[in-house]
Amino acid sequence: MIKIFKYSFSDLMRSRWSFIYLGFYLLLGFVLLFLNNDLSKGIITLMNVIVVLTPMIGTIFGVMYFYNSREFTELLLAQPVKRSVIFLGQFLGISISLTLSLIIGLGIPFLVYGLFRSGEIFNFLLLLIAGGFLTFIFVALSVCIALFNSNKIKGFGYAILMWLFFAVIYDGLVLLSMMVFADYPLDDFALLVSFLNPIDLSRIMILLKLDISALLGYTGALFQRFFGTSLGFVMSWLMLLIWTSVPVLLMVRIANKKNF
Amino acid sequence: MITVSNIKKSFGKLQVLDDISFEVNKGGIVAILGPNGSGKTTFLKILLGMVIADGGKILYKEKDISKSHEYRKHIGYLPQIARFPDNLKVREVIDMIADVRNEPSNPDDLIKLFGLEPFLDKNLGNLSGGTRQKVNIVLTFMFDTPVIVLDEPTAGLDPVSLIKLKDLINKAKATGKIILITSHIMSLVEELAEEVIFLLEGSIYFKGTIGELKTRTGSEDLEHAIAAILES
Repeated sequence: MIKIFKYSFSDLMRSRWSFIYLGFYLLLGFVLLFLNNDLSKGIITLMNVIVVLTPMIGTIFGVMYFYNSREFTELLLAQPVKRSVIFLGQFLGISISLTLSLIIGLGIPFLVYGLFRSGEIFNFLLLLIAGGFLTFIFVALSVCIALFNSNKIKGFGYAILMWLFFAVIYDGLVLLSMMVFADYPLDDFALLVSFLNPIDLSRIMILLKLDISALLGYTGALFQRFFGTSLGFVMSWLMLLIWTSVPVLLMVRIANKKNF
Repeated sequence: MITVSNIKKSFGKLQVLDDISFEVNKGGIVAILGPNGSGKTTFLKILLGMVIADGGKILYKEKDISKSHEYRKHIGYLPQIARFPDNLKVREVIDMIADVRNEPSNPDDLIKLFGLEPFLDKNLGNLSGGTRQKVNIVLTFMFDTPVIVLDEPTAGLDPVSLIKLKDLINKAKATGKIILITSHIMSLVEELAEEVIFLLEGSIYFKGTIGELKTRTGSEDLEHAIAAILES
C-alpha cells in the first residue's frame, strides 16, 4: 500500500492544482490575519471557510483524480496487488496531499503571526484536524460516487450535488423541519441531525470550543451542555471517525466488485 | 496449469460469456479468436481478475484465482489499448511497475530492441500510439512470467517492430511458456499459434488445432476457415 500511496502522492504533488490549493490557503491565512489583526477572530472566519471549502475541494479532487487515474488503476489491477490496497493507497494519496496543503497553507501565516505565543493554538489545531477529517470524508464519498458511475459527467454532477446537500441543502431542510414542528420539543432532534452531517458536526465542535456559543442562544446552551462534556466530546470525535471509516469501507467494497 | 470451468459473465442484459470451459496444460501459443464483441477481452480480463465473473471459476495451478492475487505474479499482460497516466515519463512507468511487482526485471534489452531510448524521458501522453504500444510490450516481457496474455498485441506497430514482437513471442514459446493471444490478423495467428479457441456469441464454438479447423471447414487458410464459420 505504501508503494501505491507513494506514486499517487508524488503524482498529485507534481500537479499544479495542489500548489494552487496551497497558495490559496497561504493567501487566505495572511489576508485574514492582517485584516482582522486578531488571531481568534481570524480563526472564526477561517472556520466558516474551512467547513465549506475542504469538503468541496475534497469532493472535486476525489472525482477528478479517480477519473484521471483510470489508466493508472487499470495498469495496477493487472499486477499482483490486492484491489483494496490499490484503492486505499490512492485514497490516502489524495487525502493526505490535500490535508498537507491545508496544514502548510494555513500553518505558515499563523506561525508567522505568532501562534505559539497565544492561547489559540489548540483552537487552531482543532480547526486543522476538523478540516483534515472533512477532507478524508469527502474524498472517500466522492470516490464511491465515481466508482458507481463510469460516466464522468454524471459522476461529477452527483458528487457536486452530494457536497451541496451536506453544505447547504441539509441545513435548509433542518431549518424547515424546525419551523414546521416548532410546537414540539426539538432539542434532541437538533442534536441528532447535527450528528448526521459531518460539516455541521465540525462546525458546532469548533464553535463551542471558541466560546462563542452564547451567540447561538438556547440551542447553543443545549449544545454546550452536551458537547461541552467529555462524553459529548468523545462522541463527536467518534462520529467523525465513523463518518470517515464507513465511506472508506464502502469504497473498498464497491471496488472489489467492480469490473474494469 | 490453467483450468477454466463454466465461466459466465453478462453486462446488463448482454450475455458476453456463457459457460466457457477449457484447459491449457502445456506450454505453447493458444489463440483466442472470435468476431468483435464475442467476449475475448472480457475473458482475458476475468483471467487477470480485472473483471469479476458471474459464475464458474478459473484455477491456476489448481488454485482458485478469485481467492488470491498472488497468481498474477506469474502472468504478464499486454492490454488491448496502451493507456498510461499521461504525466508519467516512460522511464518512470517502467521503474514503477518493476517496483510494484517487486520481482527481477530486465527492461534494458527490450528498450534497446524497440529503440525506445530517445523516449525514456518523454511523457507518455506525448507519445504516438505505436510507441506507447512498444512501452506496453516492454512492460509485459520484462518479467520472466510463465504465462503471457496478449490482447491485440500488434495494434499500431510498424512492420519492423512486428517482426521483433513475433521473435519475442517465439522465444517465449521456446522456453515453454503458455501464451494466450487474441488477434484479428489471421496470418499472424496462423504463423504463431498451434491451438485455437473460437468464441462465438459467448460460447466456445471450436477448440483444436489450426489444421483441424481448416479440415472441418474445408478451407485452405485460417482466414477463410473463420469466414466460413461466421457465414454459416
